[in-house]
Amino acid sequence: MLLVDVLAGGVRGGTAIMFAALGETVSERAGVVNLGTEGCMLLGALGGYAVAAETGNPWLGLLAGAAAGALLAAIHALLVVWRNADQFATGLTLMFLGLGLTSLYGAAYVGEAAPGFAPVPVPVLADIPVAGEVLFQHDPVTYLAFVAAPALAWWLRSTKGGLLLRTAGERADALHVHGHHPGLIRALAVVAGGALAGLGGAQLATAYAHAWFEGMTAGRGFIAVALVIFAAWRPLRVMAGSYLFGAALALAPALQARGYALNQFALDVLPFVITLVILAVLGKRTLRAAPEELRRVFQSAPSR
Amino acid sequence: MRKIIVIGAAALLAAACSANTAGTPQADTSAAGGAAVAPGKDATKVGFIFVGPKDDYGYNQAAYQGSQEVAKAFPDMEVLTAENVPEDDNAARVMNSMIAKGAKIIFATSYGHLDAALKVAAEHPDVAVVQQGNLITGTPPKNAGTFFGTVYEPVYLAGIAAGRATKSNKLGYVYAFPISQTLDNINAFHLGARSVNPKVETYTVNTSSWCDPAKQAEATANLLKQGVDVITQHQDCTATVIKATEAAGKYTVGYHADASSIAPKGWLTGSQWNWGPLYTDIVKTARSGGFTGSKYNANFRVGYKTGENPFVQSPYGPAVDEETKKLIEKARQDIAKGSPFAGPVVDQKGEVRIPEGTIPDYETIEKIDYFVSGVVGTLPKS
Repeated sequence: MLLVDVLAGGVRGGTAIMFAALGETVSERAGVVNLGTEGCMLLGALGGYAVAAETGNPWLGLLAGAAAGALLAAIHALLVVWRNADQFATGLTLMFLGLGLTSLYGAAYVGEAAPGFAPVPVPVLADIPVAGEVLFQHDPVTYLAFVAAPALAWWLRSTKGGLLLRTAGERADALHVHGHHPGLIRALAVVAGGALAGLGGAQLATAYAHAWFEGMTAGRGFIAVALVIFAAWRPLRVMAGSYLFGAALALAPALQARGYALNQFALDVLPFVITLVILAVLGKRTLRAAPEELRRVFQSAPSR
Repeated sequence: MRKIIVIGAAALLAAACSANTAGTPQADTSAAGGAAVAPGKDATKVGFIFVGPKDDYGYNQAAYQGSQEVAKAFPDMEVLTAENVPEDDNAARVMNSMIAKGAKIIFATSYGHLDAALKVAAEHPDVAVVQQGNLITGTPPKNAGTFFGTVYEPVYLAGIAAGRATKSNKLGYVYAFPISQTLDNINAFHLGARSVNPKVETYTVNTSSWCDPAKQAEATANLLKQGVDVITQHQDCTATVIKATEAAGKYTVGYHADASSIAPKGWLTGSQWNWGPLYTDIVKTARSGGFTGSKYNANFRVGYKTGENPFVQSPYGPAVDEETKKLIEKARQDIAKGSPFAGPVVDQKGEVRIPEGTIPDYETIEKIDYFVSGVVGTLPKS
């Protein structure tokens, strides 16, 4: 059934985007935009694949992918928080750095075999018609993503850590008053965000494509950044949006395998077109949902 | 500090952008008036440009290996190579810089390098420029040509193995773009399979990318969902499709390289490159001063009929039986006299495109712009 295939494909393909977008959410909720997400994903993909290949353990690969993403994001945190560098310029530069580094050091792993995650159908649930195939016949990393978004939503809303992070993004001054360091909280948020993006990249390499190839994230990091705006900085909406964009990417092959022509390029731009439409329609109102401190970064728009 | 970083980033961006749009540098003046010199004669340096990395386990790696065989065959020559050369004006820039270093023979090894190659050839009449895989329309300049194997011939033979192996009578083909080379491959694969299995259908999915492993994973998943049980591909990086097919317990037909190590159970056979002998002969011809007017100063194609095809069949996997191997051997001999596209060839609409009894020439085959009957899929408009 076409719908089932597209939805199942959306879950498969949306997982990497979701991890990266959740990471961007963490970062932006603390008040820092990281346009280097694509670079973090690439480092995560290579780090994850390389460590899985060397150790024979895909779980270690996943951890390594997260660590690699965190490392690149740490540079961002250092420059942006400590040196007050421009967030957009630094992020973009890091994206290029990630692309360059992984192309350079990744060549040895192109075509290299590495153990990866295989689908593990969930007993009983996997046999439910439609939902079983869409949700419960995937690899463990995909299941991890099911939990990640609600867990993050809960953490942000209901824990002290979440409160501190949100305050760093909304009223940094208030943190000072209470003896906290907003800079430190932001830096930690950026690093954690990078780790999630790295996890997304590692998922792509070890659970989805089962290969490493330079530039293999193919813009998914930018989809993630766009998605966070689209999802108004809310983890559960990020989850829904990731699967929606994943389904958009899965629609072309599903139709083609049935003999219909559909231009892949048209669907590839869909996430960006949707985001642009939202930005165009809502304009400044987009920022209503944005964390206060982030709004300051965004509101550098030229005055009319 | 903030300013420095902004400026630095801006400079980086500017560099990245200009690299994509940079015009060709001025023509090397030393070439002016050199028309009397035979292109590539007594060359001491030869340049190769590749569109991808030299270790992609695919098209570019094969071309790179070919260049290294040239180095071995001519120890007195220096072989210059450049990886990841895009199919735009950058290619002309890279070729020009090789010529500035003294290269007198240039191999532009990707389909999309042709425009840049012809531009460079026009600027340097003393340099022999050959392009791999595309076609020059009209009469080629005296110092340029294209060359290729008849890629679709071993693909046809592999199709026989696929047609014999399938139980669902559904084959799958993952491809990048509907260029003529790819259409020939898909059609030949299907015709080969159909020659031994009249019920077979070939399902196609295109990824609009020479290498996007995630899209390949999705394409493969969808083909498998359609009940396809033999999958092949025309992609630059091939591991994702092969691994996914093997994991599903289905059969794989390879392309570009012998990947049987990652599909020990499902590997049937495949097609792979062996560029060394052809590259070496082109260099030999040019160095002797005889490039102009030679067979390489044209759209040179070589197949089972005319000589040593640089595209050869990969070793068989365990699932291929003796009877199949015999059928393939017989077909190979038939192709040497005829063609995988010997008429009648009927397209998807039922229209006869190559009439019965006609054996089309290489150029006709390379201009095929339709799927043959039995291929499932609609050509994307690109």
